[in-house]
Amino acid sequence: MKPVAFAYERPQTVEEAVALLAEHGDEAKVLAGGQSLVPAMNMRLVRPSVLVDINGIRGLDEVASEDGALRVGATARQADPRLRQHPLLARALPYVGHFVTRNRGTVCGSVAHADASAELPACLVLLGGWARVRSARGERRILAEDLFLTHFTTSLAPDELIVETGWPLPSPGTGYGFQELAQRHGDYALCMACASARDGELRVVLGSVVDRPRAIEVDPERPGESAAVQVEPWGNVHASPAYLRHLVRVLVDRAVAEAREAASR
Amino acid sequence: MMAVEVTVNGRRYREVVEPRLLLSDFLRHRLGLTGTHVGCEHGVCGACTVLVDGVAVRSCLLFAVQADGLAITTVEGLAQNGRLTPLQEAFRAHHALQCGFCTPGILMAAFDLLSRGRPTREEIADMLSGHLCRCTGYEPIVAAIAEVAGS
Repeated sequence: MKPVAFAYERPQTVEEAVALLAEHGDEAKVLAGGQSLVPAMNMRLVRPSVLVDINGIRGLDEVASEDGALRVGATARQADPRLRQHPLLARALPYVGHFVTRNRGTVCGSVAHADASAELPACLVLLGGWARVRSARGERRILAEDLFLTHFTTSLAPDELIVETGWPLPSPGTGYGFQELAQRHGDYALCMACASARDGELRVVLGSVVDRPRAIEVDPERPGESAAVQVEPWGNVHASPAYLRHLVRVLVDRAVAEAREAASR
Repeated sequence: MMAVEVTVNGRRYREVVEPRLLLSDFLRHRLGLTGTHVGCEHGVCGACTVLVDGVAVRSCLLFAVQADGLAITTVEGLAQNGRLTPLQEAFRAHHALQCGFCTPGILMAAFDLLSRGRPTREEIADMLSGHLCRCTGYEPIVAAIAEVAGS
């Protein structure tokens, strides 16, 4: 298992990086942590002809609270302790891969990769967060709900680079819940649900059993049951559609209970 | 081809490599440091874990060119003058290895974990979720690391 040959570029600035993306378009891939990209390259599922390694760009690993949101730079690692300032990230990050892969994997890379069974995209949708993206054409902000289109597909153009993701911080009285079931801890989740609760407000987002992180309206009296009838899990070798629907019901109920409990503290 | 200059276990190396050469293959085939093992080559088994600037990473998910200018420690760099580290001694005492295929990766990850404080047994087990061991059943490994952590 070795990747196909590629040209390796290590830009020193964001301007250089987006110029390379503009030049090479969808022939190029951005390399941040590489914890999803490099396995796919080793298996030759992905064969970029140019790899744009953004790890040499100074200042891109910032994590800072600003204007009510935690702003996370493109090369900030999932193990970065500053991420724990956000209670939902603190709750969800232990489920992201493993100790060693979190040392290298980035938050923004996980968002750009858009795996429907990844924890961070689901959290970004729950919070109503965003990605700030740059290209040689300029800069724009994409809301999480507009970013994830389907499996491994975002609304990013091939020449665009996520330079930062924004994770709105909770207003007082907000509680979060995060629940997932995987065959082994750190594996891809069979089903995932996260929730936020504040006063009468309830938000629920599902992952894994959908083609992209999906916010769903739930009945506050019976959240799990009302969520389960809204999805059509396709099932896989490990779990039947009926079992996955059962998991939706159980995990949504648990996530909502956890969020309400946290909100009441 | 690109030039790479790295420090591995305190020794400097200058090599010219293809960008697609994985760090794991660079260590084993170019430098002859075969203590770093290669299992799955997609980040699941953990056998190839090394320290890059003191942080545990999968060497099969890093290209050698990315390590340019960095300091790497492999399992060969743990023992000094033939004396095992307390962690390695604990692995021996607790029978925390049998075939030894997974051991180098686990030692390097445990080294990083222990450098951050005193992990609980739960945190040790969480770390081990990223390392496949088919001999021990993990319990002796947890015991060995916990002994060094004093937990």
